[in-house]
Amino acid sequence: MDQAVEALDVKVWRGNAKGGSYRSYEVPAQRSQTVLDVVTWIQQNAEPTLTYRFACRVGMCGSCAMMVNGEPRWTCRTHVKKVLEGRHLEIAPLRNLPVIKDLATDMTAFFDKWTGAEGVFHPTASRADAIAPISPEDPARVLANEAIECINCAVCYSACDTVTANPDYLGPAALNRAWTLQNDERDGAHSRRLRTISGGGGCFNCHSHQSCMTYCPNELNPTASIAGLKRLSAMSFFKGGRDR
Amino acid sequence: MMVAKHRRDTLRIASLIHRVSGLALALFLPLHFYVLGLALNDAAGLDAFLKWTDYPLVKFAETVLVLLLSLHLFGGLRLLALEFLPWSPRQKAYAASAVALSFFVSVGFFLSAV
Amino acid sequence: MIGLRLYLAQRISAMLMAPLVLGHIATMIYAVQNGLSAAEILERTQGSFWWGAFYGLFVVAVSIHAAIGLRAIVCETFSLTARWLDLFTWAVGILLLLLGARAVAAVVL
Repeated sequence: MDQAVEALDVKVWRGNAKGGSYRSYEVPAQRSQTVLDVVTWIQQNAEPTLTYRFACRVGMCGSCAMMVNGEPRWTCRTHVKKVLEGRHLEIAPLRNLPVIKDLATDMTAFFDKWTGAEGVFHPTASRADAIAPISPEDPARVLANEAIECINCAVCYSACDTVTANPDYLGPAALNRAWTLQNDERDGAHSRRLRTISGGGGCFNCHSHQSCMTYCPNELNPTASIAGLKRLSAMSFFKGGRDR
Repeated sequence: MMVAKHRRDTLRIASLIHRVSGLALALFLPLHFYVLGLALNDAAGLDAFLKWTDYPLVKFAETVLVLLLSLHLFGGLRLLALEFLPWSPRQKAYAASAVALSFFVSVGFFLSAV
Repeated sequence: MIGLRLYLAQRISAMLMAPLVLGHIATMIYAVQNGLSAAEILERTQGSFWWGAFYGLFVVAVSIHAAIGLRAIVCETFSLTARWLDLFTWAVGILLLLLGARAVAAVVL
């Protein structure tokens, strides 16, 4: 970022499900400033009716993702100086999701697909049972650990052009979640989940563009998780569909 | 027209190459089969068609077809490895190698043809 | 709309074709050296069991592979219902299979 920049030229998408357009705001530049800080400044000083979503401001809750200069980002952990082009910043709601108002998208489809991919833990023990001993070196646990830090921010879902082209596709986040559960030995729904994610909207639609991996703010690799699901499904097919 | 940023990535270009080459090959196949089918009743007809292949422009077009076939083959091998072998983080290097190898093969064909 | 069976058909046909395509390219580079003629092609292929098996397998694999590949493109470009998509996939596969079988018969028999 040019040290001499005193004011940022910020274009923010304003509108609703029926449509909208960009509006420009001059925002004072700070030495250390996140994109979320910029949006908050606009709402508090220039545009009180601006709608956006955030909660934790520290990259844990996954609620503040937006398109920033054309790319999906977690805005609370994205420094302005990292994404500024000249003195321009363009902020829009996430792609691939319907807009409710301004920068807030309707994430229903995203979470429906999460459960649609059987992204729910199915316990095999009750609280009366002893805690299952799971070695951190167990190969399945290692695979699960690599993929587990997802915060449901929908950045990958927004970056994925397979989702854009095929609205039935479950998408990278949901399938990544399914992969962690397939590698969780305490989960009791492995074969049911495998059937679900092998269906028409499932893992086989992935073209391995790796946009999900490129943009995941937690540096997860959903493409690798989805490739793992493809292998699991193929293997279970050749074993006669009786997987675990 | 501006191409969206997430579509300018190496691997996205690799995927575009795979799709376009596959589509072109699929559209070319019926013509290919039809011409070979000429030999069934009419070897002279096939010969008359093959005379065409002496023209430099047609040799160039054939080279493009070989290039498309090689791109789809080597790019496809990368995808098979991605899906069926343990994950490798060097996908961009592999994709670039697939393109380089394809040019190598198609230049080899061209030099053999002229 | 690609499920498990279509995926496996697509990938298995791809694995089968990888060596076939390499062989095809090698043959092309070899055959094109002195120009193409019907006599030269037919001399190599006619009555040969192995060329018949090579191209026969090739035609079957490519028909499956191209039909499913085009299905993915059509599915992502136009909004067709699942039934039209299935119909399209079968139509492409059968068309390529028939044309391909005719071509193999023409050069081998």
